[in-house]
Amino acid sequence: MSQIPEELYYTKEHEWMRVEGDEIVIGITDHAQDALTDIVYIELPGDGDSFDDMGEFAIVESVKSASPIFAPLAGTITAVNDALEDEPELMNQDPYGAGWIVRMKLENPEAITGMMSAADYKAEIGE
Amino acid sequence: MSHLFEHNGAPGKGYSQPAPLLPESAISVPDTLTRKQAPRWPRISEPEMVRHYTWLSKRNFGIDTGFYPLGSCTMKHNPRVNEVIAQLPGIADIHPHQPEHHLQGLLSIYHEMQHMLEICAGMDQVTLQPVAGAQGEFTAVRCIQEYFRLRGEDQRTKVIVPDSAHGTNPASAAMCGFEIVEIPSRVDGRIDLDALRAVADETTALMMITNPNTLGLFEADILAASDIVHSVGGQMYYDGANFNAILGITSPGLMGFDAVHFNLHKTFSQPHGGGGPGSGPIGVKAHLADFLPGPIVEARPIAPEDATHAVDDLWYGWYEPTHSIGKVQQWHGNAGAIIRCWAYYRRYGNGLKTMSEHAVLNANYLRHALHREAEAAGVSDMIVDGAETDVAKHEFTISLGPAKEAHGISAMDVAKGLLDMGYMAPTVYFPLVVPECMMIEPTETESKDTLDTFAEDFAKVLQVDAETLHNAPITTPVRRVDEVYAARNLCLRHPYDDD
Repeated sequence: MSQIPEELYYTKEHEWMRVEGDEIVIGITDHAQDALTDIVYIELPGDGDSFDDMGEFAIVESVKSASPIFAPLAGTITAVNDALEDEPELMNQDPYGAGWIVRMKLENPEAITGMMSAADYKAEIGE
Repeated sequence: MSHLFEHNGAPGKGYSQPAPLLPESAISVPDTLTRKQAPRWPRISEPEMVRHYTWLSKRNFGIDTGFYPLGSCTMKHNPRVNEVIAQLPGIADIHPHQPEHHLQGLLSIYHEMQHMLEICAGMDQVTLQPVAGAQGEFTAVRCIQEYFRLRGEDQRTKVIVPDSAHGTNPASAAMCGFEIVEIPSRVDGRIDLDALRAVADETTALMMITNPNTLGLFEADILAASDIVHSVGGQMYYDGANFNAILGITSPGLMGFDAVHFNLHKTFSQPHGGGGPGSGPIGVKAHLADFLPGPIVEARPIAPEDATHAVDDLWYGWYEPTHSIGKVQQWHGNAGAIIRCWAYYRRYGNGLKTMSEHAVLNANYLRHALHREAEAAGVSDMIVDGAETDVAKHEFTISLGPAKEAHGISAMDVAKGLLDMGYMAPTVYFPLVVPECMMIEPTETESKDTLDTFAEDFAKVLQVDAETLHNAPITTPVRRVDEVYAARNLCLRHPYDDD
């Protein structure tokens, strides 16, 4: 059983989103970090980069595979977790905390309510 | 691990460099390119060096030392007669700078090899230049890109790949600046035509796919997939990694493909592993032939004045295609590899079809033998087929998912356990669509005895307790490596004692 905090939104691509004011914080789920195994590298976007809905904004590499991370909704990056460059393992150790990846300002902030809830995500991954 | 620099003799000894042919003042090298520090050679005597490399070779594992069922790599036996032919002085001691009339023998071999590959692939023109499968992919994708550019179809910016594709496919397309569109496979592991229809449009440049696919399954809907891509004006690219299953039985041309690469080092028995030397020729349909990298060998009937140097009734020469994307390799690719593969083809001829049949037979036999032995040992609940199928092609996948779930034994643990049994481990964690995946390809050159013994040993590994397997291998020169540490602390340069 992986951790799926109630207060977050989720995507089928195993990302979580936390609403903070008019921005969202994005990371990968506990389930995702477990499936990826030890993460060894992340290619991060630049601060201020804009992405379309489902645009690929980062690449996470584990010893098993390289996986793209998608923007769940269209928006602009307002902060990047640079600590991951030196310590990508933070995504394994604390996926919902220190392992956050980017902050984003959404083009349409209301679209977030259409994303999966914790219960939806739990059903999605069959837990 | 020991290395050459551990045999350090007296400073400045153990090697000698010839004096430069020209005085230093006559050589003009920009400052930015000159060494700031003298090179540090190992200080070692000849017998020490011979022993060092012999010692290393004894710790090595290869197809000549044991069974090597590495899925997708086609690690078949390398017939020694190929070496004899490649070493003939008329082949080994010539240089591409020699005039054409000195090279008629070699050029005739190249010409025949191009033609043979054209027949195998159902393509109109082959170039032998690329020296690796991935380089072949890149070359073909570039040719297709130029084809569209010349037609004014610059809006074709997307390349479709199935989620079970070889990682090199999206990588090659990305190298050419294309956007990658990944489509999910069906539950049975095959291509999802609805998913393909949903993404194929006027922005599609090409689709890259291998058949049989990476699960070892034949894509029965391949003609429909080709039709979908062609109907929107896109091109079909065949990844030849799995050619060993279809040689002489069907061809990419018959399946509707426009371009294909070969891995001669897989299918045609060129020794490989450890980085090469490979050979990745590509073949294309006529509409793409003008874009290929040259030189390509062409032939014309001999004229009376050619008689002295001709090797048969044709005269061979090089040409560059009109709209060539340019060279991807100096001269004409890895000549030695091409000669060995040509020798292999000349040895077997039409028998190459039997080769593919036996490759498929061996894979299916081993798949059943693994389940049979696991059943007999009472561990059949630890493995399941990676994809449900009655028959696989030249390779197959199994999932160690149940073993991981019930006992905490991963595909990696079993792979390491197999090393202790004296085998090269199968490919693990690929394709990504199968959890705890193991991809097994025995090739046609292994005997039934070898396959039976491997299946028995595999079942033995499944009976080993989790803790022991977590520590495997214990009998190899290098024990379990810390992959995470290695990936996070990449060190590409040997540190010297005085650094």
